[in-house]
Amino acid sequence: MFKYVLQRILYMFLVFMIITFMCFVLIRMLPLPVLPPEDKHTYQILRRREALGYNEPYLVQFWLFLKNIVTKWDWGLSEKLYFGQDVWKIFVGKLPATMIVNLYSIIWTIPVGVGLGVWAALKKNTWIDYFLSTATMVVISVPSFVYAFLVQYILCFRLHWFPFLMKGGTDYFSWDMFVSIVPPVLSLSFGVIAGFCRTTRAELTEVLTSEFMLLARTKGLTRAQATVRHALRNCFVVIVPGIFGEFIGILGGSLIIEGIFAIPGVGRLTLDAINSLDYNIFMLSTCFYTAIGLAASLVVDISYGFIDPRIRMGSKK
Amino acid sequence: MTENMDNNDVLNEKIPAEKFAFVQENENLHDRELQTKARGFFADAMIRFRKNKSSVAASYILLFLILFAIFAPIISRYDINDKDPMYVNYPPYVPALAKYGFLDGGRNIDSQNERSMDIWRGIAEETGLDPVNRIIGQTETKEKYRGEWRTRTTYSIEINSYYAYGIMFRNFNYDDYADLQKWQNETGIQVIYPYTDPELTNNSTNANIWYQVDSSGNAVKDKDGNFKPAYSTDTATQGAPYNSIRIKGDDGSWVYSTAKSGSVQCRICYYNYYIYQNGHEPSYLLGTNVMGNDLFCAIGLGARFSLVFAVLVSAINLSIGAVYGAVQGYYGGAIDMTLDRISDILSGVPFVVVTTLFQLHLAQKVGPVVSFLFAFVLTGWIGMAALTRKQFYRFKSQEFVMAARTLGASDWRLMFKHIFPNAIGTIITSCALVIPGVIGSETSMTYLGIIDLSSFAGTTIGKLLSQGQAAATTSPHAMLWPSVFIGLLMICFNLFGNGLRDAFNPTTRGVDD
Repeated sequence: MFKYVLQRILYMFLVFMIITFMCFVLIRMLPLPVLPPEDKHTYQILRRREALGYNEPYLVQFWLFLKNIVTKWDWGLSEKLYFGQDVWKIFVGKLPATMIVNLYSIIWTIPVGVGLGVWAALKKNTWIDYFLSTATMVVISVPSFVYAFLVQYILCFRLHWFPFLMKGGTDYFSWDMFVSIVPPVLSLSFGVIAGFCRTTRAELTEVLTSEFMLLARTKGLTRAQATVRHALRNCFVVIVPGIFGEFIGILGGSLIIEGIFAIPGVGRLTLDAINSLDYNIFMLSTCFYTAIGLAASLVVDISYGFIDPRIRMGSKK
Repeated sequence: MTENMDNNDVLNEKIPAEKFAFVQENENLHDRELQTKARGFFADAMIRFRKNKSSVAASYILLFLILFAIFAPIISRYDINDKDPMYVNYPPYVPALAKYGFLDGGRNIDSQNERSMDIWRGIAEETGLDPVNRIIGQTETKEKYRGEWRTRTTYSIEINSYYAYGIMFRNFNYDDYADLQKWQNETGIQVIYPYTDPELTNNSTNANIWYQVDSSGNAVKDKDGNFKPAYSTDTATQGAPYNSIRIKGDDGSWVYSTAKSGSVQCRICYYNYYIYQNGHEPSYLLGTNVMGNDLFCAIGLGARFSLVFAVLVSAINLSIGAVYGAVQGYYGGAIDMTLDRISDILSGVPFVVVTTLFQLHLAQKVGPVVSFLFAFVLTGWIGMAALTRKQFYRFKSQEFVMAARTLGASDWRLMFKHIFPNAIGTIITSCALVIPGVIGSETSMTYLGIIDLSSFAGTTIGKLLSQGQAAATTSPHAMLWPSVFIGLLMICFNLFGNGLRDAFNPTTRGVDD
């Protein structure tokens, strides 16, 4: 098992490096931004460009780029958006806002989603099940900006329950901040709840009809006992990796929701970097999103092996 | 009890032999011909699809949405280049229905004091187009003013936004002014209204004040509460001669314009001026957006683009994915491994990054639409390839393949003549679920403004949504209708796709029969 995990991690790292290299070359091929003349940052950036080998072959540039990251954790300076500032510092400053919004969203959506899914599965082929399944289908299909609009218009504008935009500042755990975070959290939550509800329902209905459930009932367990001890455990084999994946995803956040609610987060930074063509920030964002995507799939895959004793991947037996 | 006894009687009853007769006497005994019709795979799937009520409903709605996309821009009186500079973000309005209080361009505004109510009343009296649809409520507050208590009344009212512009000042050159007068004579619609005397209107910059106001801006009324007109009779300031229809109460002395350098300034009724410019009254079934476009037409155009683009992308991805997956699944081994690594790498690149990079590198050379298409194609086929690969693994070791191979069929023939048709049902139906995915990503990307396709497509749903979002509180309809459209489209496509998938999946056959 350990060997398998190590293999997977190494492989993921390789994939990550290849993707980074491709994006790196594609970004370096673009024309460089024009710097304002006679600025102290301009000289600094020009000197850095010299040192980073902007006129050398791409492989050399990539090597220097990696060397800087490994030795000094230096991701470059912002050349447009936050002129002359350290990209990594800007980026880290944006992380908490993204994380806090997504964390709040996950904390309540997973229990609710799984709970609804269990309910629908237990009441299979009743109106509750039909209603929940249809609602899930509808909710999953509708894009998140529609929810954002509804939440913003109805709850913020019509009912005045919440402020329109996320509060500024860094007091992430204050009450005011919490209230101002509710709209984006709500907008993010619908889809996640529906997703978990659908997965749980599908998985649990399958487990409930399997033969070991019949055996559990025949050996004298009540329906509740059989469901909790046997059916739920088995269906969590599929759900728990999903939860892990979701937790990694909280770092990534959502470009759309962050834009609408003015959350000073990573997604918004990426979007701004794209629109203002700030290549160094964009490069960092690219690496970040790629890493998150790969890490999520890695964690999901490996956690299957840890959770489900039937799947011991990589073991030769 | 009696039945039992009867039964016993039957058992004991003796029936005489001559009462018996052969059932099939004088008949040839042979098998009956089959009474039922043979049912093909697709007919069978269709029957099962029809049983799924929600999918059937979804497919009808989908049909309606597609028809909307095709015909809306044709039906609409406007096209995407018709941009009215004044009627922007205006609510739905259809003149024929407006008098029934329906699609009347209504918009609620509150805290209207007496003075602003006078302006609304002034517009109604002067132009005959009453901007106040209804008074929703009024509140009275008492306040102390110069030592004595008095009540102030504020109203919240629903106004017809299209009438609410009322009159505005506008400059014309002499020819346009003459044309406008000629048009007025032909149609009898009053566009130009008499110019006001600045002294009597307290130098107001608001063109709607045609009545006399005092130094603090309040209307001066006679003892019956009527306005006193403040029209100018000073012909010395007249900009150009006026030889057209005059408003009621004009004895011919009122002046209709004032001279500005090289041009004529006059007061025009914007609603009627709109008719002069467009040849018809404003009529926006879904309202207008921030550019002054007709939303009905714009949503139709955006939907057209989304649908065509999504079908195109799905078709390309389907082809690439099918061939790629076929090669992977058929050959297996090292080829499978290598190709799998390639798709692993490609699927690891975030879509936003792909779109942005393609946009930056290719948009100048091949245009934004093609570069966007490339971005979708670069990673979009991977799901399809995985699906085809799985199907190929399922079928490639079966006897019919071996038989064909023994007869000397080439690899290519085996793949696409023998194995592929078996997998085609699954592949086609998954396509119905790929299309909404593509529409969703396309809308998100244009919404975020990462890519702007309006030079090609006129507009896109994503662009309409982001334009609507900017004014979501003041004019929610501009956000609502594109949202409704995209939401409905996605729901119906998904329901339809799910129904199709279940119907074509032979393993669910007979489960619910």
